[in-house]
Amino acid sequence: MIRAALSTLTLLASLSIAAAQQLPGNKETVEIGLSTDTIAITSGFRGTDLTVFGALDNADPLIQRQGRYDVVVVLEGPQRSFVVRRKDRYLGIWINAESVAFQNIPASYSLASTRSLQDIAVPKVFQQLGIGVYNMYYEPMPDGFDSSQSLKEFTAELPRLKLKQRLYTQRIGDVQFLSATLFRATLSLPANVPVGKHVARAFLFRNGEFLRESSTSLNILKAGLEFRIYRAANQYSLLYGLFAVFLAVITGWMGRLIFRKD
Amino acid sequence: MGFPLGIYLPIAEISVNIFVLFGMGAAVGFLSGMFGVGGGFLITPLLIFYNIPPAVAVATGANQVIASSFSGALTHFKRGTLDVKLGTLLVIGGVVGAAIGIYVFVLLRELGQLDLIVSLLYVVFLSTIGGLMLYESVQAMRRTRAGQLATLKRPGQHNWVHRLPFKMRFRASKIYVSIIPILVLGGAIGFLSSIMGVGGGFIMVPAMIYLLKMPTNVVVGTSSYQIVFVTAFTTVMQATTNQSIDIVLAFLLMSGGVIGAQYGARIGQKLRGEQLRALLALLVLAVGLRLAIELFVTPDDLYSVGLAVVTGAQ
Repeated sequence: MIRAALSTLTLLASLSIAAAQQLPGNKETVEIGLSTDTIAITSGFRGTDLTVFGALDNADPLIQRQGRYDVVVVLEGPQRSFVVRRKDRYLGIWINAESVAFQNIPASYSLASTRSLQDIAVPKVFQQLGIGVYNMYYEPMPDGFDSSQSLKEFTAELPRLKLKQRLYTQRIGDVQFLSATLFRATLSLPANVPVGKHVARAFLFRNGEFLRESSTSLNILKAGLEFRIYRAANQYSLLYGLFAVFLAVITGWMGRLIFRKD
Repeated sequence: MGFPLGIYLPIAEISVNIFVLFGMGAAVGFLSGMFGVGGGFLITPLLIFYNIPPAVAVATGANQVIASSFSGALTHFKRGTLDVKLGTLLVIGGVVGAAIGIYVFVLLRELGQLDLIVSLLYVVFLSTIGGLMLYESVQAMRRTRAGQLATLKRPGQHNWVHRLPFKMRFRASKIYVSIIPILVLGGAIGFLSSIMGVGGGFIMVPAMIYLLKMPTNVVVGTSSYQIVFVTAFTTVMQATTNQSIDIVLAFLLMSGGVIGAQYGARIGQKLRGEQLRALLALLVLAVGLRLAIELFVTPDDLYSVGLAVVTGAQ
């Protein structure tokens, strides 16, 4: 499970003071904070919620009262290359046929927002910023596709599959203002969350206009025996293989010793 | 409630129930003890049915076969029913075949066709072997009913295999035969071992009896001897090239298997041979059928996403 608590108020206090000092005048700023920069997941991990606290400073009280400030918080996992494949029927058998390869794709992506994205700003804004599962740019590998037709088709399937695997999530309304300046975003960390460096980013909008963003990073790693086994298999693969053989021989031999009748 | 029984497999990357896997190992071990087969050809499809990724199921299947074959080979070695010379030639062929198999395995994985080829190979082999075994055992049952003695005849006639060059004498098997079919047989089994995660005893034993005309008493021991070395080689190769051996999974299966095999062997001695073979044949056919259905049924989702296999250094 997640080992550390994710936020402290002292941290937030220091954040807002720092923000206020940096930008004097009537400029809104947004800051987010995590009280830990590392999360260790162990074998029992079945997914959890990650709470990110943030502060909005120098806000215009009038706009605030009207509820025209919006915040979108995303947590992007490490970037990987993926292949999307489509099965076609040949002689009655379903076979992986066409495929498109993508690169620099976040392995996981969780989003939380104050309201649904189309209520916050026009789609073009989100496309420019690359916010949201359907607005992100999915970069194909240079020679990873056959035709622009198939590229279009497979680009639409990638976010659908990622959402289905629960590696991509979007939670509407899960950024909540706790006070005039404090907000809390609740993001989903799926059970199969990829290990590596994740980046949390907060985007501030006012009246449908993007103002500012801030980011912080989070390291997710596996802990415990399972991770050590995983690491051994990857880093010392020859020794790992030899040990696997040794273990099998010992197990077979032990079985004979314990059960032998002669 | 499920938590204490659950265990996370570090390589397969899924949470599974300890007792399901232990039981699976024990059940297959029981059958392998009863019928005198390695059980790899049952373990790998069962793991795939249990949602273990096929690449991990195949590699780990080969690993767990070592355990059962090792104790079998040891027993036969002590009894003197193991032809070390012939077995070593089989191992040489097997290592070459397994190396080619691993290369093909990596290639198929890159192409995204590994799961399909593994399923297809299983469907073909399981239905062929199952069908032949069922036919043979039903014939044997008919003969016993007719009052004759049901024996596996060892055909005395020489066949084309015995006209090949590079002949060698094998004292323990009491045969004088060309080394070509031995190397080829070993190679073919090694290839299947790395692609299907099987020991290959279910193909090797009939081939030794009918093709090489080896006496039945040395067949099982010699086959186990080759299987130990070839699956060990496959395990190390899979570990270094694909990192797909799940040692936790393998250990659960092995420990279940070793225990199951002991009870299976005891029950097996009490049952009649041809009935036993008919039962195994039906089981083999059922597993094959289940895999075949999956190939033809329209998948829930035609699209799938996977990590791109990175070739070369990056």
